[in-house]
Amino acid sequence: MSHIPEDSLDSGAGLPFLQVRNLRVHFPTDDGVVKSVDDLSFSVERGKTLGIVGESGSGKSVTSLSIMGLHKEGAARISGEILLDGRNLVGMDREKVRLLRGKRMAMIFQDPLSAMHPYYTVGAQIVEAYRVHNKVAKQVARKHAIDLLARVGIPNPKSRVDDYPHQFSGGMRQRAMIAMALSCDPELLIADEPTTALDVTVQAQILDLIRDLQQEFDSAVVLITHDLGVVAELADDIMVMYAGRAVEHSTATDIFNSPQHPYTWGLLGSMPRLDRERSERLQPIKGTPPSLINVPDGCPFNPRCAYAGRNGDLSFTERPEFRDIGGGHHIACHLPTEDRHHIWDEEIRPKL
Amino acid sequence: MPATVIAYIIRRLFAAIVLLFVVSAVTFSIFFVTPKLLGATPETLATRYVGRTSTPDTIRATAEKLGFYDPVVVQYWNWVKGIFVGADYDYGPAVEHCPAPCLGYSFRTNQPVWPDLLDRIPVTLSLAVGAAVLWLLAGLAVGTLSALRKGTIFDRVAMGVSLAGVSLPIFFTGLLSLSVFSYNLGWTAVGGAYTPFLENPGEWAYNLLLPWITLALLFSAQYARLTRAGMLETMNEDFIRTARAKGLPERTVVVRHGLRGALTPILTIFGLDVGLLLGGAILTESAFSLQGLGKYAIEGILNYDLPKVMGVTILAAFFVVVANLIVDLLYAVVDPRVRK
Amino acid sequence: MNSKRLVTAVAAGAAVAMALSACGGTSSNGGDGGTTTPAFNAALTTTFNPSDKKGGIIKIANAGTWDSLDPGETYYSYAWNFLRLYGRSLLMFKPAPGGASNELVPDLAESLGVSGDEGKTWTYKLRAGVKYEDGTPVTSKDVKHAVLRSTDKETFPNGPAYFEGYLNLPEGYQGPYKTKDMDTNSAIETPDDRTIVFHLKKPFGGFDYFAHLPQTVPVPEAKDTGAKYREHVISTGPYKFQDNEIDKSFKLVRNDQWDPATDPNRRALPDGYEVTMNVNADDIDNRLISGDLHVDITGTGVQPASLPRVLGDPALKASADNPTSARLWYTSINPTVAPLDNIECRKAIEYAADRTGYQTAYGGVFSGGDIATTLLPPQIPGAQKFDLYPAGPDNKGDIAKAKEALAACGKPDGFETNIAYRAERPKEKATAESLQAALGRVGIKLTLKGFPQGDYFAQFAGNPPYVKANNLGLATNGWGADWNDGFGFLSQIVDSRVIRETGGSSNTSVRIPEVDKMLDDAIAETDKAKREAMWGAIDKRVMEEAVILPGVHAKSLLLRGKGLTNVFVSDAYNMYDYLALGLA
Repeated sequence: MSHIPEDSLDSGAGLPFLQVRNLRVHFPTDDGVVKSVDDLSFSVERGKTLGIVGESGSGKSVTSLSIMGLHKEGAARISGEILLDGRNLVGMDREKVRLLRGKRMAMIFQDPLSAMHPYYTVGAQIVEAYRVHNKVAKQVARKHAIDLLARVGIPNPKSRVDDYPHQFSGGMRQRAMIAMALSCDPELLIADEPTTALDVTVQAQILDLIRDLQQEFDSAVVLITHDLGVVAELADDIMVMYAGRAVEHSTATDIFNSPQHPYTWGLLGSMPRLDRERSERLQPIKGTPPSLINVPDGCPFNPRCAYAGRNGDLSFTERPEFRDIGGGHHIACHLPTEDRHHIWDEEIRPKL
Repeated sequence: MPATVIAYIIRRLFAAIVLLFVVSAVTFSIFFVTPKLLGATPETLATRYVGRTSTPDTIRATAEKLGFYDPVVVQYWNWVKGIFVGADYDYGPAVEHCPAPCLGYSFRTNQPVWPDLLDRIPVTLSLAVGAAVLWLLAGLAVGTLSALRKGTIFDRVAMGVSLAGVSLPIFFTGLLSLSVFSYNLGWTAVGGAYTPFLENPGEWAYNLLLPWITLALLFSAQYARLTRAGMLETMNEDFIRTARAKGLPERTVVVRHGLRGALTPILTIFGLDVGLLLGGAILTESAFSLQGLGKYAIEGILNYDLPKVMGVTILAAFFVVVANLIVDLLYAVVDPRVRK
Repeated sequence: MNSKRLVTAVAAGAAVAMALSACGGTSSNGGDGGTTTPAFNAALTTTFNPSDKKGGIIKIANAGTWDSLDPGETYYSYAWNFLRLYGRSLLMFKPAPGGASNELVPDLAESLGVSGDEGKTWTYKLRAGVKYEDGTPVTSKDVKHAVLRSTDKETFPNGPAYFEGYLNLPEGYQGPYKTKDMDTNSAIETPDDRTIVFHLKKPFGGFDYFAHLPQTVPVPEAKDTGAKYREHVISTGPYKFQDNEIDKSFKLVRNDQWDPATDPNRRALPDGYEVTMNVNADDIDNRLISGDLHVDITGTGVQPASLPRVLGDPALKASADNPTSARLWYTSINPTVAPLDNIECRKAIEYAADRTGYQTAYGGVFSGGDIATTLLPPQIPGAQKFDLYPAGPDNKGDIAKAKEALAACGKPDGFETNIAYRAERPKEKATAESLQAALGRVGIKLTLKGFPQGDYFAQFAGNPPYVKANNLGLATNGWGADWNDGFGFLSQIVDSRVIRETGGSSNTSVRIPEVDKMLDDAIAETDKAKREAMWGAIDKRVMEEAVILPGVHAKSLLLRGKGLTNVFVSDAYNMYDYLALGLA
């Protein structure tokens, strides 16, 4: 039951830096078990970027927190494997995971205002991140922080290093956040909605920055977003998640040129495009994401899928297998190939 | 920035002085106007201060001496004047000058109020500060542990005990602890014992230990609950996740990031509590027979001793105002967002 | 050898006491051998733990504060009792157990007063050799100065006002501070340094009682600081002040200038006294029980919280005494308020009241007191036992008699009126409630009105126009004698002339011209036995008018401090005598 598209996506650079295999993250609650992530597998190589796309509640943030080991002890039931440079993080001693955190894997959060401590200076927070993993004098760490701030494009870093987060603009804060994440040269960088809280013009700058830095550091990047527009610029591969599972996974080119899953179509439809007129109406996906306690039978997307009725009962009774449809392009959908091609070419693409 | 801070402090102090006037005027009015509404005359007021076999002449002489025949506004003015320029006091064979700040003389004991207050401030200060340190430490520790172990037996027991702590009357806990720890076990000092800090710090602490604990018990319960609520909220903040993502040890996350964030609202209440207590911890001082401002206030109230009451009132108001100011300034130290 | 002389003096004093009490007729059983067996009321009529041992520091606590340590201004009973340690008045109450203590004996004076001019002049001769703590001899001029300064009520508002009322002071005299050069020989003469002669405006047979007042304790004019004298009283007794912090604490240490040869009354056993004020009242009880404290100075007994503990523990009860105070808790029945202007309606109240209810309101038999049917407490010489309005076999009131009286009053179905009480006093409130229930049985409807105690007499229950306008038919009240004598007890509560329309008098209901005259006659009577008989008659006459409903003659439960010797209750002060105490 392994659907790792290894052979197609690993373009020959040895083992991927991050491998996730059959990851399950379940939260037992009084109302039942919340299956936030169910049977998820993917991998990212050094120097590559994986975009994970989905609505809120699709499990993408839970996935990133699981990789980082940030779930509260005892609260989540995690199974499967998370291999970081070959070492399995699932079940590893928490203290060991802590020592990897911030050093070999780092994270950039969505809202830099709330994600930075309001009472400490930006510099202090970067210094703190650096000194957890590097035994250096405060002055050395401070110098490093100033360098980092300069590197992420903060003007006048020598004085800004002593500013508090609230004294920075939104974009500056995110740059500082990135500087903090990069303080120990992490090999894996997870960016969870890094631009959502920012102005559109600033978004592009931040994305550019991440791309530049990735090339500079040669790190593996996981970019989590609900916005396909963000990954369009950055990702080598894209994984679309729905209700805790992957529903489509391929190269970015594939996903944009010939998406095969109705949910991906929906996402594409609601994507604002920089190269088109803003006046065009977005086409959001109808309905709401399903409850993760009672995931619908059959295809979890069936209540919202316009094409669910096209295969008799199949979409309502049987969960579609996540399978390779050629060239490493994986989808989980019951629609026959011709139908998918037909619908994409005739109904969807012209409207985008 | 320091210039603006200084201007701010000056502005606040000015407001404080106005407030002290208002507070003193209101206290003064309550003392005189309320009985007047019920039909009291200067003589009926003076009757409070004379012996039970007094004659009308005695009463008139007393009313005269205490200045009750003057309009209330004039009496108040005389009192205020005393603070700035001092006052003269006729104690029989000679007249004594009471230097500024003269808060008047006790109606009962003829003792000038200001030296009395100065004499009692250290007692109340010792009590309040010692107890405050204890309750802050205990409250923060218990509250933090409770928050981190939310729902465990520790949490439930701690919160149950603190609920009891909040509801227990200090008179009861004070007398009970005195009887057990001082009289039965002989571990702690007896009620009323007080040694000035500068005279013997060890004895000072030993004598005040029981009052501290009793008073701190009441407050630490409240602070434990506050801390717990604050920590529960703070530990869910995004910046805590960030701190963990950096790979910080959990203790650093809890103390440096969590507690620091939860501290601000507690600090506000702490400042006000200490300010209020400095005006006199009436119940604790009474239970432990400590001759502090609270006890002085009670004496004043029970004996209709207006100058005493006025003295403690404005001193207490002053402490509250200053505590407020310090809290506001500390706020800026603790939370950089407040500095502008 | 000093102590030997002392013992002789004490023995002699004791013999005199026995003899006096024998002829005075007051009961003083137990003799003077004293007792060492702890038992309930062991120190009531005899000396508990008699001893001559000197030394030790007696620790004393006060739940409140002294009104004043100045002998010219203090007006508390315990303060007078205690003051004898540092001040010597002309006369004093004998430090002896029980009734013997009601005897006045010479202190600073050589003998009791010698009256002349039919009771208008009183002459005392001072003992030789009495000195102040600084070694200066005491002269009669100092006594004169002390008495005169006490009449300056602007400086000493709190003190008793007997002297200015009776001395023949010149017109416009305002005391030695304001009217320094006025000739006061019309009031007090000091023909030589050891003689003092008091001249009164009218005859007063009981002047010896005035001569015992602390106001006759000599004050050297050179050291008199007026209102500030309380900060350092110049001692004439066996102890002097040290570290006196007003309202906080003070110490008494031995006064080496005191000569026991001049003083037959004081034994001065302990080396000193340590006094703390403003001590939590419940804490005082605990410390007395634990032995950390020797004396609760106010002498009002243990707090309600300690009562069950003391009475329930046989060992504790055996260290307690339960004396009666010369204090009456009563209810004024105001004849100025209709329909109480009719004596029959007043009688209805006397009959209908539940005496056991009254007693319970005050805390029962141990801490409340004995049911009273008269004004005069039994230990006051001249007190007679009578009961004009018998309350039935169970003491819960005579309903039939009450109804008869109501019918005679023309109100067979009862009437409505109000009862005033001091809102801060739970016992008075309980009394009002008890009366409300008891009188309700015969149709008298009472409405409870609480007033602040500080202004109770000045503005409310003691203010005649207010009483009338607000129909305060009844008012809870209480009175303790300034000293155990009919004058001291009665003059302030049954003399209609002390009632002031502006308010402030304890007497609110007794307006009987005949009683005023009886008082005048008694006051002028210099024959002690005749005078005392007249107090009883006044008591009866007031009760006949049914303007006072007696409640209880107060009692208190005192604890003997651990380790104290020579403990006995003085009837004169209704508490332990503080002059005799020593430490084992």
